[in-house]
Amino acid sequence: MKNFHVAIVGGGVIGSAIAWELSKYKLDVVVFEKGSDVASCTSKANSGVIHSGINSPTGSLKARYCVEGNKILQSLADKLGFQIKWIGKYVIAKNEEEAKELERLKKLGFDNKVPGLEIKDGSEVKIKEPNVSCYTALWVPTAGIISPYEFTIAFAENAVENNVNFLLETEVIDLKKIKDHFLIKTNKGEYQSQLLVNATGLYCRKIDAMLEEPDFQVYPCRGEYLVLDKNYSNLINSMIYPVPPKELGVLGVHITPTIEGNILLGPSAEFIGDPDDKRTTKDMMKTLFNESKEILPALPEKAVINAFSGIRCKLASPGEGGWADYRIEESKNTHGLINLLGIESPGLTGAPAIAKEITRMISKFIELKNKTDFKIRKVKKKSFSEMTAKEQSDLINKDERWGRIVCRCEHITEAEVIEALTNPIGAQTLSSVKYRCRAGMGRCQGGFCSQHIIRIMEKQFNIDVNKINLKSPRSNLFYGRTREKVND
Amino acid sequence: MTNFNTDVAVIGGGPAGLAAAISAYENGAKNVIVLDRNKWLGGILPQCIHDGFGVEETGSSMTGPEYAEMYINTAKKLRIKFMNETMVLQFNKNRKIIAANKKDLHQINAKSIVLAMGCREKTRWNIMIPGDRPSGIYTAGVAQSFINLYNIMVGKKVVILGSGDVGLIMARRLKFEGAKVLGVVEILPYASGLQRNIVQCLDDYGIPLYLNHTVTYIKGRERLESVTIAQVDEKIDIIPETEREIKCDTLLLSLGLIPENELSRNVGIEIDNVTGGPIVNQYFETSLSSVFACGNCLQVYDTVDALAIDAKKAGENAAKNTIKQNKKINIKAGKGINYVIPQRISKSGKIRFTLRVKKPCVSPTLRVISGDYELFKKKLRWANPANMVGFDIDISDETIKAKGDLVVLLDGY
Repeated sequence: MKNFHVAIVGGGVIGSAIAWELSKYKLDVVVFEKGSDVASCTSKANSGVIHSGINSPTGSLKARYCVEGNKILQSLADKLGFQIKWIGKYVIAKNEEEAKELERLKKLGFDNKVPGLEIKDGSEVKIKEPNVSCYTALWVPTAGIISPYEFTIAFAENAVENNVNFLLETEVIDLKKIKDHFLIKTNKGEYQSQLLVNATGLYCRKIDAMLEEPDFQVYPCRGEYLVLDKNYSNLINSMIYPVPPKELGVLGVHITPTIEGNILLGPSAEFIGDPDDKRTTKDMMKTLFNESKEILPALPEKAVINAFSGIRCKLASPGEGGWADYRIEESKNTHGLINLLGIESPGLTGAPAIAKEITRMISKFIELKNKTDFKIRKVKKKSFSEMTAKEQSDLINKDERWGRIVCRCEHITEAEVIEALTNPIGAQTLSSVKYRCRAGMGRCQGGFCSQHIIRIMEKQFNIDVNKINLKSPRSNLFYGRTREKVND
Repeated sequence: MTNFNTDVAVIGGGPAGLAAAISAYENGAKNVIVLDRNKWLGGILPQCIHDGFGVEETGSSMTGPEYAEMYINTAKKLRIKFMNETMVLQFNKNRKIIAANKKDLHQINAKSIVLAMGCREKTRWNIMIPGDRPSGIYTAGVAQSFINLYNIMVGKKVVILGSGDVGLIMARRLKFEGAKVLGVVEILPYASGLQRNIVQCLDDYGIPLYLNHTVTYIKGRERLESVTIAQVDEKIDIIPETEREIKCDTLLLSLGLIPENELSRNVGIEIDNVTGGPIVNQYFETSLSSVFACGNCLQVYDTVDALAIDAKKAGENAAKNTIKQNKKINIKAGKGINYVIPQRISKSGKIRFTLRVKKPCVSPTLRVISGDYELFKKKLRWANPANMVGFDIDISDETIKAKGDLVVLLDGY
């Protein structure tokens, strides 16, 4: 049985960022992910915002990691190649009363050492954002946008290239502490590790409970989103946030451009019992649209082309106000267990800083020695559609697969699909292709490209058609060949 | 990057593009090139293995591949150039086309362009069905390509939403392949596909059609597990107490087609909000001079026969390319009419109009008026949105000179 130094449970943005930090050192590290790809849960379904740190109380872990993470993200992006756009955000006040709240946020931001905050009048905002009407607004220049899955994938793939083991579709079903190591039972076999990092987001209590009596509860809080067609991307230039609602510890329905050029409306905030209940609902779709229209009266109904939801991992119930700080700590009862509890927004922004913190904690158990052969690779390359005609032509002349356009909406080539399918993690679902090269993300929603991608999977990767999944281990797309006996 | 000139460049090698290219060649264009993104010619036809194609045009009923072959053979005898697996990335106002294929990037300078990009299917998100996001939800055409081109089964227990023709054809096709087809759900009080398809694809196989019904919820965290359907009232509001869950592993969507006009939009061609296709004059010329449109990227046709007739005219005009768009009058869709093509007229003469009505009706009167003056009147036996209506009118020089809009309307609607 393989004995690892560190086992990370959960391949979300936190687990992947930790894996990447640890991949710099001479350690045997494994990541267990029950989904078919990294970022298959909360890390995938959120606003994709790099927060500045104006929303969390001074001295909280949320504020600390957010501000720290924000500062190091650009240099990480330069190294790993994921995209960031520092488009800034306006928190808008509709009246004098809300304007007072902006002053409070500005003060909080100042105390949290967020630079560049300014209160602007409605007329100044109008110049930058002609479609937004407000009384005053707080301008937050250090807020940005990021593709949350590209970000997670960048960490995970580079970690794998530095010899971290990512085990997909591998669910931890039992944990035991035996003397100085953990015995980890999964659906794919047993493993041992000296340290165990619980980075399972919504499932952090379930994992913790396998080893000890948890002293906390998790309150899943669903957020639904609407996605607008790219044709409407010019409605706004920056992120537009309302003054946060007083209750529930959330930021309110906001309007956020995405890296891909769509606009998101949302999220809602609804406490639910089941952490896997990622449904979208008719009522909430209507509410999101109406609330967004209050901020952006020019919003046309036909602009909406998709809806999804993500679930926040909260440690406070609605009765307790919905706000609780992160808990990032060594277990008092289980030596060698590091718990990351209640990592919700701004967890995406905080991930790089949290990963550094976990590495410091691990260094107390294991002496960390730098790898001499640690290599950084840019995960995101320039896509065909972003190239000049000369660059496109040169590539086609070198490799004809660059000249075969597989996704008509986004102009993704066969070469890019093949590159996506050969990712070092080994994720090979239709969604894992989509999240790596955007094939299928356009307005036809895969109508044209899915058949071509399936053919590439079958013919060039020898994947049995029955084993081709949409996104998760049991999300099969097909039932064999026609004229074959189908088993009921 | 290669660079070459052509008289007529046709974007899309489906039935419309082939018909237009042949016609352009036969009408004097020496250099005709067809650009198509697929490996094959014929567009969607090779996956339409049912029959019924070409009845109006040739008198005999063919399958989709047979019909396509008829055109491909004719085209190949002529000196028409084909570029397959070639994606047009853009073209500009001077008709410089940039296209990519495995050989290189190509710049094609065309004297005239025929747009024949076809259409795409509406998805779940065009009607925003709430619920989970499982696998097992296919548009009818995508399911058709998996089954007919690649022999891959998409499901075993199927519900079909929308009674468009592709959905009806697929109901029968899936039944043939051993799937259980639990029903076709249509939100309107009438089917949106052709009557013959209702009879031949549903009635003959005992597949129920639920009119005034829709899908209100999708369940299944990985593969589809069930859909909830409900009845709707006259206002198309859901009647909650009629909701019921149907266990199934597959939902096919046949919600209608959207003309593909990203290329047209990018170059600034005016688009009709109702058809989703370019606004054209009687020569099928778009608002951009020397650029013509035909086929399903102009309007969604009910039969390939009618489509080919118009596409041939577009190809002929592209070859002649002598139109001056100076005097224009607009054609407006009046009472009871969804849209009319052409939307503009620039010269007198006998002009063919095609239109769709808004709702089914019995013995309405079709009228075309210009101010107080009635140009045309025709009693129809019936009219149905599923069936395109066509008629010819002689437009006089006086009408053109008067510059007043023509209004097409339906009396007794």
